[in-house]
Amino acid sequence: MIPLQETIPEVLLHRYRETPEQVAVVLRLGIGERALTVRDLFEGAAGYAREYQGVGARPGDVVIDLLAPGADLLYAFLGATLVGAVPTILPFLTEKLDPERYQESLDNLIRLTRPVALVAEPVFAAKLRARFLDTGKVKAVLDPGPRAGGSPLPNPASWQGLRVGTQSLALLQHSSGTTGLQKGVALSHAAVFRQLSAYLPALHYSASDVVVSWLPLYHDMGLIAGFLLPLLAGGKLVLLSPFDWVRAPWSLLQAVSDHHGTLSWLPNFAYNFCASHVPESELAGVDLSSWRAVINCSEPMVADSHRLFAKRFRANGLHDEALATCYAMAENVFAATQGGIEQPVWVDRVDGHVLAGEGRAKPADAATARTVEVVSAGPPLGNCQLGVVDAQGRPRADREVGELVLHSDCMLQGYFNRPDATAEALGDGWYRTGDLGYLANGEVFITGRKKDLMIVGGKNIYPQDIEYLINRVPGVHPGRAVVFGLFNPVMGTEEVAAVVEVDSQVSREEARLSLAIRQAVATGSEVTLGPLKLVDERWLLKTSSGKIARAANREKLLAERDRTLGAT
Amino acid sequence: MDILEERLRTYLAENCLHLPPDQIPADQPLLSSGLVDSFHLVDLALFVESEFGVHIDDSELNPGTFDSLDQLLQLIRTRRRQ
Repeated sequence: MIPLQETIPEVLLHRYRETPEQVAVVLRLGIGERALTVRDLFEGAAGYAREYQGVGARPGDVVIDLLAPGADLLYAFLGATLVGAVPTILPFLTEKLDPERYQESLDNLIRLTRPVALVAEPVFAAKLRARFLDTGKVKAVLDPGPRAGGSPLPNPASWQGLRVGTQSLALLQHSSGTTGLQKGVALSHAAVFRQLSAYLPALHYSASDVVVSWLPLYHDMGLIAGFLLPLLAGGKLVLLSPFDWVRAPWSLLQAVSDHHGTLSWLPNFAYNFCASHVPESELAGVDLSSWRAVINCSEPMVADSHRLFAKRFRANGLHDEALATCYAMAENVFAATQGGIEQPVWVDRVDGHVLAGEGRAKPADAATARTVEVVSAGPPLGNCQLGVVDAQGRPRADREVGELVLHSDCMLQGYFNRPDATAEALGDGWYRTGDLGYLANGEVFITGRKKDLMIVGGKNIYPQDIEYLINRVPGVHPGRAVVFGLFNPVMGTEEVAAVVEVDSQVSREEARLSLAIRQAVATGSEVTLGPLKLVDERWLLKTSSGKIARAANREKLLAERDRTLGAT
Repeated sequence: MDILEERLRTYLAENCLHLPPDQIPADQPLLSSGLVDSFHLVDLALFVESEFGVHIDDSELNPGTFDSLDQLLQLIRTRRRQ
């Protein structure tokens, strides 16, 4: 493993000088493969860096990377770090998304981050130019592709980014946020490297590891585990597109087999999706015996999903011990815990009634009526402290459920240009995660969430954003839609459920309206709607202050459903 | 409505659109509108292959190949004849 340097461009330069011909990334997009050497990455990045510099980008300026999966997505990101700028990757505009809605959320983000340059796919770049050039701080909107310029690239050691300090900002990670309030998690180079120096030993990482990933780079799991970690630690990354994977989930397994992949990170639903959506014909000759850790991360972990996955692929050489777990958040760069590397993942069997009723994880015994399995996320990393507190912030004892709070040496500097959100999340130096859980024998168990946040296929989705989209559909009573998550055990993840009050005159056109609502959600967000119930006026429960109560309406829907099921 | 259309309607109604099968407009865009999301596409392709013996390659799972129910029916019928 190469020694960890102190900033991203320093490590890039170091690798460029030491091992320029080493393959750093293998892109498997569509059909075929393309190997990118360290030289390709550095020189590709330098091409972008020269253009950023040409438009006057200075250290600390933000660069927004909106490209589709491919080499240019990586070059544009790394190029920003060479000039000391602060890159951030956002989802690119797919044909599914409503361009107006996408533009609206991008406008908000641009107002907040004041980027110096944007890089986007050509069709969209033209629109962005018309919209943003000369109107603010945006100096350039770049297309992907070979960089023009002609003149030779400057001396690699001359880049300004090589002279920024370790406390300078390295990148922003944007968590999806409620409309207009996206939060850019601002991380310094020091934070990124402290994360790696704690996380790599916990993974038993070595330069012979091969990471295989289809995760999008606009989420922390993809950006850190599925890009920067192998790039900075030295090792090979095999990178697939999330768009290909979802249409052909076997592509992940075939890539692991072809490249002797050792490490992958997956959200829980992907275990179910792979286990149930891969035809036998696609597994002929697939050998998964090299896969030493398949790490479940970024949404609630379900023991049944692990069992399903292990059983399905055992015949292809998958070891049961390869199943691993991790608790991570962008605010900590990425991982805060790691389980399943030193020893198999601990599944804690506890009394379901005591857990729900008293907030206590009482180990199940022969007399327990309802046993619940809680999957351990493993012990905290060496540099992370995790505590559990009650509503007043007082520490709770082992096996008592409360909010998880985190302190580490690799936390965010703050939310970019959002001192309000920073103060709220980090008041006393401990980051309030909003996750509920408990500690037992030094391991961390997540049991739920304090906030209304839904996690759908590993994506954080706020109910308010979906309600906003539904409220704009003609025929819906504005302000009379409620959205919440419902766990679907077959899918291994939450589904987005909605209850919507409609005018009584509309009832004859329910089919049309429900299609319109589904379409509004599909094109306006990253998710599709699961269960949708259209109800008459006054179905929804409100709080005393007149606000629609999500949890109460969720309970009401579930109770109605149980009654219906009981009746049939 | 023939049996092919009926089975396809029932499948889409139950798995993707949660509507009575006869209320899916035949020309309603399904893929480009996001009504059938990418997670359901591979399911749909596997269903079409097992039910009707027609292979739709994963590289074809986009609105350029088919978008509406009508277009999907046409695709299946054309390929069955081949």
